[in-house]
Amino acid sequence: MDAAQYAENFLQALTAGLLTGAIYGLMCVGLSLIFGVMRVINFAQGDFMMLGMYAALYATAWLGGGPAAPWIAALLAGPMIFVVGVLSHRLLISRVTGLRSTALAADGHYAQLILTLGLALILQNGGLTVFGSAPVSIATPLSSSAWELGPLLGDRISVFVNQGQTVGAVIALLAVAAFVVLMNRSRLGKSLRAAADNPVAAIYMGIDVERAHRLAFGLGVAITAVGGGLLATVYPFQPYIGLEYVIVMYAGVVLGGLGSVTGAFAGGLVIGLVQQLSTLVLPNQLQNTAIFVVFLAVVLLRPQGLFGRAARRT
Amino acid sequence: MSTAASSRRHAVPIALFGVAYALVTLATGNEYHQLILTLVPVWAVMGLSWNLFSGYSGLVSFGHAAFFGLGAYFVALAQVQWGMTPWIGIPIAGALGGLAGLIVGLPTFRLRGHYFALAMLAYPLALLYVFEWLGYQELTLPMEREHPAAFMQFADHRVYALLALAAMLASMWLTSVLERGRFGLVLTAMKQDEAAAEAAGIDPRAWKLRAIVLSGALAGAIGGFYAVVLLVVTPQAVFGMLVSSQALIVAMFGGVGTVWGPVIGAVVLVPLSELLHARLGNEIPGIQGVVYGVAIIAVILLAPDGVVWKLRDLRQRRASAANANVAPTAIVADDAPASARTIGPTLLEVSGVSIAFGGLKALDGVSLRVATGEILGIIGPNGAGKTTLFNALNGFLRPAAGSIVFDGREITGQPPHRICAAGVGRTFQVVRPFRRMTVFENVLAGAFVHEPDEIRARTIAVDALDQVGLRAIESVSAGGLSNRDLRLLEIARALAGRPKLLLLDETLAGLDTEGVEAVLAVVKRLAARGTTVVIIEHTMPAMVRLADRLVVLDHGAVLAEGAPEAITRNPDVIDAYLGKRWRTGDAVDR
Repeated sequence: MDAAQYAENFLQALTAGLLTGAIYGLMCVGLSLIFGVMRVINFAQGDFMMLGMYAALYATAWLGGGPAAPWIAALLAGPMIFVVGVLSHRLLISRVTGLRSTALAADGHYAQLILTLGLALILQNGGLTVFGSAPVSIATPLSSSAWELGPLLGDRISVFVNQGQTVGAVIALLAVAAFVVLMNRSRLGKSLRAAADNPVAAIYMGIDVERAHRLAFGLGVAITAVGGGLLATVYPFQPYIGLEYVIVMYAGVVLGGLGSVTGAFAGGLVIGLVQQLSTLVLPNQLQNTAIFVVFLAVVLLRPQGLFGRAARRT
Repeated sequence: MSTAASSRRHAVPIALFGVAYALVTLATGNEYHQLILTLVPVWAVMGLSWNLFSGYSGLVSFGHAAFFGLGAYFVALAQVQWGMTPWIGIPIAGALGGLAGLIVGLPTFRLRGHYFALAMLAYPLALLYVFEWLGYQELTLPMEREHPAAFMQFADHRVYALLALAAMLASMWLTSVLERGRFGLVLTAMKQDEAAAEAAGIDPRAWKLRAIVLSGALAGAIGGFYAVVLLVVTPQAVFGMLVSSQALIVAMFGGVGTVWGPVIGAVVLVPLSELLHARLGNEIPGIQGVVYGVAIIAVILLAPDGVVWKLRDLRQRRASAANANVAPTAIVADDAPASARTIGPTLLEVSGVSIAFGGLKALDGVSLRVATGEILGIIGPNGAGKTTLFNALNGFLRPAAGSIVFDGREITGQPPHRICAAGVGRTFQVVRPFRRMTVFENVLAGAFVHEPDEIRARTIAVDALDQVGLRAIESVSAGGLSNRDLRLLEIARALAGRPKLLLLDETLAGLDTEGVEAVLAVVKRLAARGTTVVIIEHTMPAMVRLADRLVVLDHGAVLAEGAPEAITRNPDVIDAYLGKRWRTGDAVDR
């Protein structure tokens, strides 16, 4: 391989990284909302994403084809998973979070972690029963068409940009933008931010924190589910896919800094780039190992910066 | 209480359980049931391994599959590549698991709470992909027809069940010994309040490392055995999420921080999920995972600490209702007048210590000196930096500038447990007992600072309890004590570390008159016995009676220092802190 070949591979990986990264970014935004508002680690986030993928799969079939069906289906996954999320919160998660958690050991952090782990196990394995174990994918009319950039540098380098992935990335960007507007402009967004900042003070200001948490959880898993629906048009999936993406999402959220929407999006973008660029130097199977290494490096090297400020233990 | 007798008392139920389990195993003819009888102890050991680390330390590990999988792959690869028998391979797998624990623990213990749990999740998943990439998607152990027993291969599968049982009993015995010794006490204390434990002389990092190494060794060894039982090793089966989850879930289901909890969890959940899988596995392929998921959710909602603790709490509530009328603590006689003390050379010298939180200067060049045998009072308005000064003195905070010399040694910036070992004990403004431990255990946790020997540490703890007069209630749980007894308990815990200098942070806060007298009497007696005391206090009359000298802090700086009488007449102090009524000279006599 000569230099031009390397450059072409690099540009190709960079493009792929940016396109998947945008979708990861959207998924990270959903997780970041939940973590930011509720301070709960949701282990089941990846499994809600998986639900979103299957929701999009069935919605695509229900819409009966048509060129735009997969994208509309991905967006429809949002409200569907929102309902699932709100119900999960009301029935299970609300019992160990928020104001009730102060009575539990370590403010209920472990109870929350482990509860969502149980939820993840049920969703994964229940998914196996309902959806079957065979990998499936959502085909879009644009999946196999690409734009060719170039030839560049005297027709030695050409970069192909998949049209299907580009549409997905653009939808992801628009969804993030819509969410930012929602958080900054609407009453709901303000109450979510207030509940995140100081739940007790928010209660005194007449905000129903329990409801804010419920909505944040529903909205958070819905956003991730839309990301999942978009991702489903790119990669095949099966019921166990959630687990890998939990780490992908947490890596992005941690990287971007907690509580920041744009940070989470940027973090997801970086993780997408790391994943794709790692294929230049590592075998394909180690893509995810590269992400885990980046994740570990970030949490280990910036331990104090990660909760926002350096707090000493007293 | 004799350690030997109590260890025998705990060994008997374990032995009885072992005999019963062995009898059931021997009577089982069905090979599938024999496999279940093998898997129950395997997962019980995994649960005990998880419990040994996470149950006692409180740091939730989602990554025990890393140790388990390394052990499994080592035993399988060693047999395939070098023809090594599992009889040798499994102990090495244990050592490897312990080593992996050390390698994982060293960087990861910098993380807390959520981040620790997430980081632990990443290790086995990263390994999973590495082993797939290495081409070990499915590794089969070769059949050894020549000497099957030499390679741990038995036609009679009950032998596996009995071997697994032996591993489980050994792990239970190990856990029960550790739990009742220093290991269990120290980790339980850290789990409840790490900062308080550190101030009582416990090095959290060292103990966490010990726990994860032991835990990793158990998991590695049982992982190796698992490979031998199943004969096939796949990355998903040994590094997968279900391995880590199962370890956590059997332990949490039965009860964290107990010997029997993980065993009960495994005995209930493993056969349940296996039998359901055998019966319904075709129609409901994920039934095992669903069983574990439902089990853990039910436990979290109904009995967050597990079945064993739920039962123990119920029993204890009945017991404590029975002896609710515990005798009040004896007020120790004020037998030694303050004047009997001799003031010696400088014990503590603080020079120019500054600490800033962001833009706020909490301490701004504070210098003071404490003489051996003296009682120094520190007063000042809220936010003056009094507690910050204590936090700097005992190592919770590292000063940005200045130096602290204690007993002729520079201790600036040293970690709290080392400063405690050097001879500085402290109490907290808001009491920080280890609530789930008894009064005696609270004090014992502080007694290991200079005395690694358990029997002698117990003597020290008894002596410390005697000094504060809490001996009568030594077996009461600290969570149920009155404010006064909690204050005395904190003093006793600090005393158990044999401090030369005792830092008391608002020890009299929130006490009624009688309580103030009781605590004051104790402090005076300690001082009379030669302990140097620095005390922060707002109750001026008490302070004037107690202290030899007062230092007034205001806005992070020393405003004045001197004899109590002089301080109460100092106009600056009156303006900044005491208020106008102290201008009339009679206040001191109140």
